[in-house]
Amino acid sequence: MQDNLQTSSYKQLEQKSKYTNMFLRWFLYFVLILFASYFIFPLYVMVVTSLKTMEEIRQGTLLTWPSSLNFDSWLVAWGGRGYGAGDTFLRPYFWNSIKMVVPAVFFSTFIGAMTGYVLTKWRFKGDQWVFLFLLFGCFIPFQAILLPMARTLGVLGISNSVIGLVLVHTVYGIPFTTLFFRNYYVSVPTELVKAARIDGAGFFKIFFKILLPISAPIIVVTVIWQFTQIWNDFLFGSTFSFGEAAPIQVALNNMVLSSTSVKEYNVDMASAIIAGIPTLIVYVLAGKYFIRGLTSGAVKG
Amino acid sequence: MKTLKIEELSKNFGSTEVLRKINLEIDEGNFLVLLGPSGCGKSTLLNIIAGLETINEGNVYIDDYNVSKVEPKDRNIAMVFQSYALYPSMNVRENMIFGLKQAKVSKEKIEEQLEKVSKFLQVDALLERKPSQLSGGQRQRVAIGRALVREPRIFLFDEPLSNLDAKLRVEMRREIKKLHQQLKTTVVYVTHDQTEAMSLGTKIAIMNHGVIQQNESPENIYNKPSNTFVADFIGSPSMNLIKGNLKQSSDRILFTAEGANFDIPINSYDFDDTSQLNNKEIYFGIRPEHIYFKKSNENDFEVNLKADLSEYIGHEQIITFNLANQELLAKFSSTIKIELNKETKLYFDLTQVSMFDANSQERI
Repeated sequence: MQDNLQTSSYKQLEQKSKYTNMFLRWFLYFVLILFASYFIFPLYVMVVTSLKTMEEIRQGTLLTWPSSLNFDSWLVAWGGRGYGAGDTFLRPYFWNSIKMVVPAVFFSTFIGAMTGYVLTKWRFKGDQWVFLFLLFGCFIPFQAILLPMARTLGVLGISNSVIGLVLVHTVYGIPFTTLFFRNYYVSVPTELVKAARIDGAGFFKIFFKILLPISAPIIVVTVIWQFTQIWNDFLFGSTFSFGEAAPIQVALNNMVLSSTSVKEYNVDMASAIIAGIPTLIVYVLAGKYFIRGLTSGAVKG
Repeated sequence: MKTLKIEELSKNFGSTEVLRKINLEIDEGNFLVLLGPSGCGKSTLLNIIAGLETINEGNVYIDDYNVSKVEPKDRNIAMVFQSYALYPSMNVRENMIFGLKQAKVSKEKIEEQLEKVSKFLQVDALLERKPSQLSGGQRQRVAIGRALVREPRIFLFDEPLSNLDAKLRVEMRREIKKLHQQLKTTVVYVTHDQTEAMSLGTKIAIMNHGVIQQNESPENIYNKPSNTFVADFIGSPSMNLIKGNLKQSSDRILFTAEGANFDIPINSYDFDDTSQLNNKEIYFGIRPEHIYFKKSNENDFEVNLKADLSEYIGHEQIITFNLANQELLAKFSSTIKIELNKETKLYFDLTQVSMFDANSQERI
């Protein structure tokens, strides 16, 4: 009898907790969907607007679905209208950006890996100070180095060129890339380096044969970080380059702000999406390693 | 010719002294264990022998050749690390031949060595695997293999068994012992585990605070510890050190424990120096396993003590007795029944005791 009573009350409790759990779960989904739509909303507006004609934009609301898929504005944004003066379009600047971002990402990542390797595996007197000053570089605002950097580029004779921008972004990236690699290599057992030294491998051999092959996660993190930073940069691009040598973000700004006639919202939106696509691609391709790499320092082995 | 000789070696990191005037010699084929608590400098000493750390003072000789400033790869040594330190991106084969390739050994010779060693260590079926696909014991074996293929003059082991679980550790310990018996190579082995040290070493150097406390055979370390640190460090539970005084008269020497109402006659002990023993403050050292429940020989000293605590550990039991308010641990077979809080008759084996000066802590 006693037992029966107890089982029935347990059953009631079980039932109750089931309903509570169900309610909480649906509430969770509701909140998640709410936030997701909030974040996706601007992208939706951009895509939809870029596919409309100007006529449709004027008549409908922001949210209205386009009557037909019209890619004209994308073609205009990428390749222009085909008449001479005053026609700005993204294609040449897109290649400027590629020419800038690829070497800048490569050099800053490579130098960061080297520096991180030295700071963790070839410790020397005062290495903490070197690291501290490098870290300091992460916190210097972009604006503070504009004037000295302009002067430096002038002296080197590479102002208003893609090479100049590569240099600026490489130098400015080193503190960040060093920080990433240093923190990653700290968790790699130093015994590996010792074993390799006994086996007769030197400084570069240990780096290329032992450490670099196990650095894939952090290389991905660094590349994504650097690519996003450099591709999206506007300040350095607009300060150190103009006209033909400008990167895509500067060109985008010129296109959107300096149009002489009516504002073409569909072309503006298409241009903005084009300018954002490469970072999106990099993130989609490498994103799964990104989270893994960011957390890999925490777990050994 | 000594295979390895270390002379007046000192090392400090900044203002911290890690090693102080270390002198050490190893003959060909010996197995030297550096044993000590963590932070005693044993790993630093091993790294110095390997050439991975610089020296502040003193010299290291291998085969009478001063290698103090020679690069690790040219010292003719090989090292096995605690974390195995297998190169994660290379498979077992590449791991094992990496050193030979750096030394530009011919391809045929490399293959020959690899085959010999991998068969010997039974890793020949694992050659194409990555270290991450191996078990702890297999990794350990590959790490040893990587050292073996180089045919070094001296093997250095840095706590190679610490990362293994208890059962595997005992197995691998036997394998290392077998390996040494078969190959008869010279080994320097660092550990903090006294059982490992005792079972493997032909000589044990016990270190504390950067100084070698005693460097002798395992038997001597166990039976004749040179100071209270060694006495306390070796043995489980460690040696009972009973504080008290010596009384010397013309024909005999007596030991009285502090606060005790009985004397222990010291007849068969081999003092270094028998003068000035009267009234000397000493520690009387006796191991728990040398206190018996039954009389074993003529010289055993008989005493009645009260048992305070009993710890059962399977095949044996550890009983804590009260000797004039000092704790005295004894180890018996667990078949013996001992009642707590009652006087029990015990026998001290006086042939097995050690005595230490209470001030200098040194053996007398």
